[in-house]
Amino acid sequence: MPGKLKVKIVAGRHLPVMDRASDLTDAFVEVKFGNTTFKTDVYLKSLNPQWNSEWFKFEVDDEDLQDEPLQITVLDHDTYSANDAIGKVYIDIDPLLYSEAATVISGWFPIYDTIHGIRGEINVVVKVDLFNDLNRFRQSSCGVKFFCTTSIPKCYRAVIIHGFVEELVVNEDPEYQWIDRIRTPRASNEARQRLISLMSGELQRKIGLKVLEMRGNAVVGYLQCFDLEGESGLVVRAIGTACTLDKLSSPAAFLPACNSPSKEMKESPLVHPPSHGCRSTHNSPIHTATGSRLTQNFSVSVPTLIYTGMGSGSAGKEGGPFKALLRQQTQSALEQREFPFFTLTAFPPGFLVHVGGVVSARSVKLLDRIHNPDEPETRDAWWAEIRQEIKSHAKALGCHAVVGYSESTSICEEVCILSASGTAAVLNPRFLQDGTVEGCLEQRLEENLPTRCGFCHIPYDELNMPFPAHLTYCYNCRKQKVPDVLFTTIDLPTDATVIGKGCLIQARLCRLKKKAQAEANATAISNLLPFMEYEVHTQLMNKLKLKGMNALFGLRIQITVGENMLMGLASATGVYLAALPTPGGIQIAGKTPNDGSYEQHISHMQKKINDTIAKNKELYEINPPEISEEIIGSPIPEPRQRSRLLRSQSESSDEVTELDLSHGKKDAFVLEIDDTDAMEDVHSLLTDVPPPSGFYSCNTEIMPGINNWTSEIQMFTSVRVIRLSSLNLTNQALNKNFNDLCENLLKSLYFKLRSMIPCCLCHVNFTVSLPEDELIQVTVTAVAITFDKNQALQTTKTHVEKSLQRASTDNEELLQFPLELCSDSLPSHPLPPAKAVTVEKASPVGDGNFRNRPAPPCANSTVGVVKMTPLSFIPGAKITKYLGIINMFFIRETTSLREEGGVSGFLHAFIAEVFAMVRAHVAALGGNAVVSYIMKQCVFMENPNKNQAQCLINVSGDAVVFVRESDLEVVSTQQPTANCQSSGTEGEVTT
Amino acid sequence: MTSELDIFVGNTTLIDEDVYRLWLDGYSVTDAVALRVRSGILEQTGATAAVLQSDTMDHYRTFHMLERLLHAPPKLLHQLIFQIPPSRQALLIERYYAFDEAFVREVLGKKLSKGTKKDLDDISTKTGITLKSCRRQFDNFKRVFKVVEEMRGSLVDNIQQHFLLSDRLARDYAAIVFFANNRFETGKKKLQYLSFGDFAFCAELMIQNWTLGAVDSQMDDMDMDLDKEFLQDLKELKVLVADKDLLDLHKSLVCTALRGKLGVFSEMEANFKNLSRGLVNVAAKLTHNKDVRDLFVDLVEKFVEPCRSDHWPLSDVRFFLSQYAASVHSLDGFRHQTLWDRYMGTLRGCLLRLYHD
Repeated sequence: MPGKLKVKIVAGRHLPVMDRASDLTDAFVEVKFGNTTFKTDVYLKSLNPQWNSEWFKFEVDDEDLQDEPLQITVLDHDTYSANDAIGKVYIDIDPLLYSEAATVISGWFPIYDTIHGIRGEINVVVKVDLFNDLNRFRQSSCGVKFFCTTSIPKCYRAVIIHGFVEELVVNEDPEYQWIDRIRTPRASNEARQRLISLMSGELQRKIGLKVLEMRGNAVVGYLQCFDLEGESGLVVRAIGTACTLDKLSSPAAFLPACNSPSKEMKESPLVHPPSHGCRSTHNSPIHTATGSRLTQNFSVSVPTLIYTGMGSGSAGKEGGPFKALLRQQTQSALEQREFPFFTLTAFPPGFLVHVGGVVSARSVKLLDRIHNPDEPETRDAWWAEIRQEIKSHAKALGCHAVVGYSESTSICEEVCILSASGTAAVLNPRFLQDGTVEGCLEQRLEENLPTRCGFCHIPYDELNMPFPAHLTYCYNCRKQKVPDVLFTTIDLPTDATVIGKGCLIQARLCRLKKKAQAEANATAISNLLPFMEYEVHTQLMNKLKLKGMNALFGLRIQITVGENMLMGLASATGVYLAALPTPGGIQIAGKTPNDGSYEQHISHMQKKINDTIAKNKELYEINPPEISEEIIGSPIPEPRQRSRLLRSQSESSDEVTELDLSHGKKDAFVLEIDDTDAMEDVHSLLTDVPPPSGFYSCNTEIMPGINNWTSEIQMFTSVRVIRLSSLNLTNQALNKNFNDLCENLLKSLYFKLRSMIPCCLCHVNFTVSLPEDELIQVTVTAVAITFDKNQALQTTKTHVEKSLQRASTDNEELLQFPLELCSDSLPSHPLPPAKAVTVEKASPVGDGNFRNRPAPPCANSTVGVVKMTPLSFIPGAKITKYLGIINMFFIRETTSLREEGGVSGFLHAFIAEVFAMVRAHVAALGGNAVVSYIMKQCVFMENPNKNQAQCLINVSGDAVVFVRESDLEVVSTQQPTANCQSSGTEGEVTT
Repeated sequence: MTSELDIFVGNTTLIDEDVYRLWLDGYSVTDAVALRVRSGILEQTGATAAVLQSDTMDHYRTFHMLERLLHAPPKLLHQLIFQIPPSRQALLIERYYAFDEAFVREVLGKKLSKGTKKDLDDISTKTGITLKSCRRQFDNFKRVFKVVEEMRGSLVDNIQQHFLLSDRLARDYAAIVFFANNRFETGKKKLQYLSFGDFAFCAELMIQNWTLGAVDSQMDDMDMDLDKEFLQDLKELKVLVADKDLLDLHKSLVCTALRGKLGVFSEMEANFKNLSRGLVNVAAKLTHNKDVRDLFVDLVEKFVEPCRSDHWPLSDVRFFLSQYAASVHSLDGFRHQTLWDRYMGTLRGCLLRLYHD
C-alpha cells in the first residue's frame, strides 16, 4: 500500500436553493475514491454551508491512485424522500504523485451537474501521503511526468529524447449499454464521465510504464483523444514522446532526484533504448496486410500524399562524407525503434538536421463492435498499419524519422477515417541516445552544417530522387541543394531566417457523396479521398504562391466524413524562408485561345492575380534581397508542383506504387481555365480577404517576424454551426458555403478583438465536424497576443543578429558540454516593456445620475486570475514550475433548450463553465496559468423539436506557475545572489 | 445557409462598453445593430453587418448570463464562471445600477409594488425610455429596497456593502429607498421643476437628522423611518405661531437683524407671519402619514412659491432662514430649542435647495 489519500471538505458557497419552502438547502457531501465512501454531516438550512470536516483517509495502492479520480458529490438531505444530488466534482490527483509538481490541491471547485451546469462551489483540500520512500516511488509508473507541450518544457533540459510511445484502451460506451434505457440522462452522463476519467487514468499509467521501460522519466507532447464509436464502443488513445528530462537550475530541488532514471542513465551509458519497448505487449510487432485482413473489417488504405518541395541531396562536397556518416548513425539509432516518430513540433537546437516534407496516411475502416475490451487488437492493428505506412513514406524521402507527428480520426456512423501525419526528417542522433561516444565527430558535423539553413537542405539523394524535382542551391549558404517549396507540420525552427511576416493559409474543400451503407460507403469515401488530398494540396500551393511565400509550417489537414459529404480543411502558416528560392507567380491559361473576349477576361484575371501577389508582398513585408542569378549558377526555375501520390495498397503494404496526379506533368502553376469549376477556383483564390491592418494570424506557436510580444493575451473558443439550405446542393455551392463560413468566422474574430490591435492570433486551430446531414460545425480555438508595433522593425534586425550570435555560442557550448541542451534558450522574446494589463481606460461615465466617482469599493476580488493559452509560453513571463497535466472531460445535457437561450445560449454557457472548471483546478493546484491548452473535442448534438441538446467537451493542457519577467527582475535585484529561477519556483502567484 | 449557432467565449470575458449601454437601454438586438451601424463602426473597422449582428448577439448573451449575478453584485466578484478584471466588474455593476433622471422622477416616492410596475408602460411612453430599461431600473430600486429594508446600521453603508456601488450611487439609492419608504409625493405638477438631485439632497439631510438612526445607531431600519417621537414632539413648535406675543417678538427679532441687509425686506416684513405660520404648521402636521407624504408639496406651497412670487433672490432666502432659525434662541418663553434646531436645521437646508426656478 503505497499511499494514503486525505481529503477535507471545508465549505460550500452559492449553493442552489433545493427546498422551495424555505429557500434554503440542507447540504452534505459524499467523498468517494475507488469503492470507499465517506460522508460529511448535514449542514442544515444554508446556501453557504461550513462543513469543516475531519480528514477523510483512503488507503490505496498506486494503481488506483493513478487510475481513479476523486469523486465529490454534494447532495441535499431530504428526510422523507431520496436525497437530491446538487452536483459533482471530479479531481484528478495525478499531479500529487510526482515530487516536482503540486503538493496539495486546495481551493474552490465549481460543483458541476450534467443537466444544470455549475451550481455553486465547494472548498476542498486534498493531500497524498506516500509511505514508501521517494526513490522506490520513482520506479513506479506514477513518477513519470506528462506534458501536453510539444517542445521541451521551459524549465527542463532534455538529456535524451527516447521516442514514440502510444497506447489505447477500449470499452463499451455507457450511453449504448442496455441499462441506459432505464436510467436517467444524468446517471448516464455521469457514468460516461467517470468511465472516461478512469480510462484516461489507466491509459496514462500504461504509457508511464512504457516510458519507464525505455528508461525515460517524462512524456512530452502527450496527446490523448477519444473516439466515440457509438455502438461499437469507446476508444481512448494517446501518443507522446518519451524523454529523459532534467530540471534546470534549481539545485536544491534537484538533489533528491539523484537516483532518478535520468541520472542513472548518464552514469551508465545506455547502448540503445529497448527496441520494442514502445509497442504495446499484446500486439505483435510485425504488421502485415494479412493482419488486418484477419479482423473481419473492411479496410482500405488510401493513397497518400507526400508533400514536399523535392530536391535531392548529394550533399555539398565537403559536407558529403559527414552527411553519410550522420545518416548511418541516425539510422542505427532509429532503426531500433519500430516507429521513429516524435510528437514534438519544436526542438532543441541542433536536433533537427534536415526536413524532407510532410508525410501522411489515411485509412478508411468499418467499425465493428469491440468484443473484448481487454484486447483492443483491431484498433491497435489499424494504427500500426498506418504508422507503418508513414514510416515507409519517410523512408522514401530519405528520412529516418518523423517529427511533428499526430494522429486523428473522423467517425460517421460505422465508417471511420484514421489519419496520421508528420514531417519526415533527419535528426541528430546525439539526442536519441547517449551521445558521448560519437561526441567529437558530431562537433565537426555541427561546424559544417550551417545551422540557419541546414534544415531546409534536402535529405534525399539527388541522383536517386523519389520523384522529379527542381532543386536549387541554398540561397543562404550556396552549398547545398534546397527544394523550391517546403511543407512541414512542425513549428518554424527558431534559428531559421525568415523574410517578412507569416500568415495563416487555409485550403477548404467539400465533396458531396452519395449516402450509402457499410462497405459501399467506405469504398465511396476511399475513392474520394485521393482527389480531395490532391485538391487541398493544389489550393495550398496556389494560396502560398499568391502570398509570395515559399514554405508552410504547422500544416494540419483534417478530413471530416459526414453522411452525404466529405470536408477537407488544411491550415498552415506560410512564410518566406530566406534559404529557399523566390516563388514564381501564377499563370492563367485559357482553353480556347481564339475567343477574343475570353482572352480579355483571362488577361484581366491574370492582372488581378499579379496585383494580389504584389499587394501581399507589401503587406507581409516580403522583400528578399536581390540575388544576381549568376551567383546561384542556374536560373530560377519555373516553379512546378511536385506532389506525388504514393499508393500503398492493403494487399501489399510494402509495395509502393506511384501515382502521378499532377496534371499530366503540366506546370501546376499554370491554372487552366477550361470550365466553370476552374473559374470558381480562381475566384475563390481571390476571395480570401487579408486580416484588417494591425492584425496578423498564424497557426504556429509564434508568428514569424514578430518578436516583441507584450503581456496581454486573450484565449478564446468560437463555435459556428450552419445549416445548408437547399436540397440539391452542388459541390461549388457547398464549397462557397464552407469558404464563407470560415472567412466570416475569421472576420468576426478580428472584429471582436479589435481593441487589442496591434495583435496576432496565434495557434489558430480550426476543427470541422458534420454533426448531421445538413449541418457544418466549425470550432476555433486561438490566442490573441498584443505586440508592440514600434519595436517591430528594430527587433527583427537584432533578432537575426542574436540568432547568428547564438548559433556560434551554441556551437562552442556544445563542444564543452555535449549533453547540455537548454530548451529555454529557444524562443527569444525580448523583455516587453512592463505594460499595464488593464484594458480599462478610466471609464468615462458622464450622463444622468452617473456622476464621476472614484473606483467603487469592489477593487479586491477574491478570485485569482488564471491565464489560458494554447501556446507553450506566456509572453513577458517565465514559467517556473509545471504542476501537472490537466485533462478533463465534460458532458452537458439539457431538456429545456429554449429556456437556456437556444443552442447558442446553451453552448456559450457550457464553454464558459468548462473554462471556469479548468481555471479552478489550476488555481487549486497552486498555478496561475494553463499552457498548451487545447479543446480536443467539442461534440454538439441537438434536437430542437424535443427541446433537447447535448454536448461533450474534452480539454487538456499543462498547469503551470509563471512569474512576470518584470517581477523576476525585482526579485533578482533584491537578492543579487539568489538564482532567478529558484527564487521564482516558490515565487508568489501573480494574480 | 443559415447560422444555427454562433458563439464566442473568451477566457477573459469581453465586455464592449457601447453594446453594454445599448443593452442596458433596453434595445433589442436588431435595434442595437442598427444603432451601431449608424455610429459608423462599419466604416471604422471594415466589418460587415453580419459580423456586427453576430457580435451584438454574443454580447447580449453574455450580459444576459451576467444579469443573474448583477442582481447580487458580491456574487459577481466571487463567481468562477466569468473571468473579468476587477475594474470591469466595477463598471458592469455601476452601469447596471445607474438610472435615468427622467425615470427616477416618475417613480420617486411611489410604493415599489406590483401596482407601480404596471404603470411602467405609461412611464416608458412618457419618458421615451424603453420598457425593458424601465423594468430594470424599477427592479433595481425594488431589489435594493428589499435587501436593506430590515437592516441595522447606516443605509448608505448597507447599500454599498451589498451592492458594491460607488459612494455617490449608493447615496442616490439611499434617497430612493428613503422616499419609497416614506412615500413622499414628488409627482405633483408644482413639484415638477425639482430634479432628483434636489430630492436626494433633502433625503440625505432628513436621514441624517430626522430618522431613528440620527439618535440611536442600533435600531432596525433606523435610517428608513422618520423618528416618530420626534414628529410627535414637533407639535410643541406650534406655540411659535399660536402665541401671538411670541410670533410678534420673533418677527421683530428677525426684522431688526435683517433691516438693510435684505433686498426684499419690505416683502419679508409683510409676509413674515404667513411664512412662519407655514413652516411651523408643516412641522405640527407631520404626525399624520398623509401630511408626511405631502411634505414637499407643503414646503413649496407655503414657502417657495410665496417667496418666488415676490422675487426673493436666493441670498435673501438664505439670510432670512438663518435669521429666522437663530432668532428663536432669543425667545425667552420658548422651551424647545433643541427640537427647533433639529427641525429647522434640516428644513433650512432643504428649502434652500428647493428654492430655484
